[in-house]
Amino acid sequence: MMNPYILNIQNLCCGYPKFQLSEINIDIPKGSFAGIIGPNGSGKTTLFRAITGTLNLKSGKILLCEKNMLSLSPRQRAQNIAIVSQFSDAGDISVEDYVLMGRIPYHNRFSFFESEVDFQIARKYMEMTDTWRFKDRLMSELSGGEQQLAGIARALTQQPELLLLDEPTSHLDITHQVHILNLLQQLNQELGLSVLMVIHDLNLASEYCDCLILINQGKMHIQGTPEEVLAFQNIEDVYKTVVVTQTNPLSGKPVIFLASQKVLKEIQERHLTL
Amino acid sequence: MQKKYLRWVVYLVGLLVLLVASVILSLSVGEMNLGFFDIFSILSQGNDSMEYTILSQIRIPRILLGIAVGGALSLSGILLQGVYRNPLVEPYTLGISGGASLGVAFAIVFGLHQLIGSFVLPLTGFAGAFLIIFLVYTISSRSGRINIQSMLLTGVMVSFIASSSMMLLMATSSSENLHGIVFWIMGSLDEPDMSLIYIILVMALVSLAASYFFVQPLNALRLGEEKAKHLGINTDITIKLLFLMASLLTGVCVAVAGVIGFVGLIIPHLMRLLVGSDYRILLVSSFLSGAIFLVLSDVIARTIISPNELPIGVITGIIGGVVFLLMMSRSSHRTLKNNG
Repeated sequence: MMNPYILNIQNLCCGYPKFQLSEINIDIPKGSFAGIIGPNGSGKTTLFRAITGTLNLKSGKILLCEKNMLSLSPRQRAQNIAIVSQFSDAGDISVEDYVLMGRIPYHNRFSFFESEVDFQIARKYMEMTDTWRFKDRLMSELSGGEQQLAGIARALTQQPELLLLDEPTSHLDITHQVHILNLLQQLNQELGLSVLMVIHDLNLASEYCDCLILINQGKMHIQGTPEEVLAFQNIEDVYKTVVVTQTNPLSGKPVIFLASQKVLKEIQERHLTL
Repeated sequence: MQKKYLRWVVYLVGLLVLLVASVILSLSVGEMNLGFFDIFSILSQGNDSMEYTILSQIRIPRILLGIAVGGALSLSGILLQGVYRNPLVEPYTLGISGGASLGVAFAIVFGLHQLIGSFVLPLTGFAGAFLIIFLVYTISSRSGRINIQSMLLTGVMVSFIASSSMMLLMATSSSENLHGIVFWIMGSLDEPDMSLIYIILVMALVSLAASYFFVQPLNALRLGEEKAKHLGINTDITIKLLFLMASLLTGVCVAVAGVIGFVGLIIPHLMRLLVGSDYRILLVSSFLSGAIFLVLSDVIARTIISPNELPIGVITGIIGGVVFLLMMSRSSHRTLKNNG
């Protein structure tokens, strides 16, 4: 029987001396396109670091495909989870060499040269992400959007079960935002790849994710579908901001509207005078 | 075959040819100049002629030591720069040279080398270097996990303490001892003990081979510690082992040949510019060009004011510094920013 969950977080508690995540329980079904949302400083990145294994857990468990993360070696972990960070920091490495680094978890200490298979896999995902055409350029010469694409190509080259992305659309214009999210959606549907991303933009989260996790002050606020999570009560509770939730006429997904203080005041005054 | 690999073969062959050429140059020039073809006939005859003695007793040992020390120092340099992702790190930044110098100064001031024998100098030099490595390592890995940045700072501070202590020793020592210390610090490839030369040569080659077990971690570390972890690299162990290997290697070099500066700093930089940042080619090409650089520097050191000899550390410092400045002004800032 196939395990229905790709990621299973049970009673997770972890963090730093001054900031703690506690009582985090998350279940992400296989094949999900999930998003972690929450205000700045709510613990999104901390949760992310816990899942990627860079932060030690205080208590609780993280199961990846029903296997305890702690029982996996770093190599096994890297074969199952690939991470796309906000910045590549790759400097003077060519795009192709950078993408080929995704094969490192599959190499043993003695394989100095990439095999033909490694090159083929890297090429396949570079073509899929449309990065093959600038494979010989240096990472530092790429634009932000191109770097993000190369990062995704590298992550795919790891052939993971779960793709984690840290704010893949920040610093990008809407063309690139939509381009990257469409690509992720396509990967999610065609390859059956499970995706989990930290994302700030609530409307993009709503449009693309089928499962959202709202984090607030180190605790889980709610996990569910965009319709459940983005209800205006939840958003106003967590973000302390007045919002209006409506439905996107094309996709039927919830859309969040904000209003300036001036407008809100005017509405209030109009109500008073009526 | 991939174009990348083909290019690496070209670099490798080119550097090997250069190394052979500089060895031959070093064999033939000196107080007595020998012709290119004479060298081979002298060596193959192996008689007791004066030429043979010069080659086998003076020039060959120096060349072997130059290859070993030059290769080892630039290998340490490239490994440490890879671990720390910092272009200013070199084998001596972490206080290894300071420790070794302190050990030697101690031995000279207290006359240990006259009491026990001249082999005591490399021994105390190594002891001093080892003490510093041990200090830096334990101070910065107290919490079980190594913090790279604090390790670097610790190294720099320990280095200051060591060099200040040495100045204290020098200030209180007689002028005769002072001369010995200063001469030792400036470095020399003049080592009478042939077995010591073989030991250091073998160590350098073994370290080069061993460093190739770490090419993948090193390549992954170019992206930073956290991203290397994401690629399944056990960064803690990699950093610890590479630090220990590089510093022990440096300690041995300094103990035998004195403080020969700049090799471990500029050769890795030069090689990054030339061959790129992939450690699979970077390690061996740094080793080879370090060896070439030191063999050639030694040729200059012993011919420029012949029959006297300049300390090799002076030559490497001056040539190294000038080359480095030229390189910096020619290349864009990219290389310095993205050394990792």
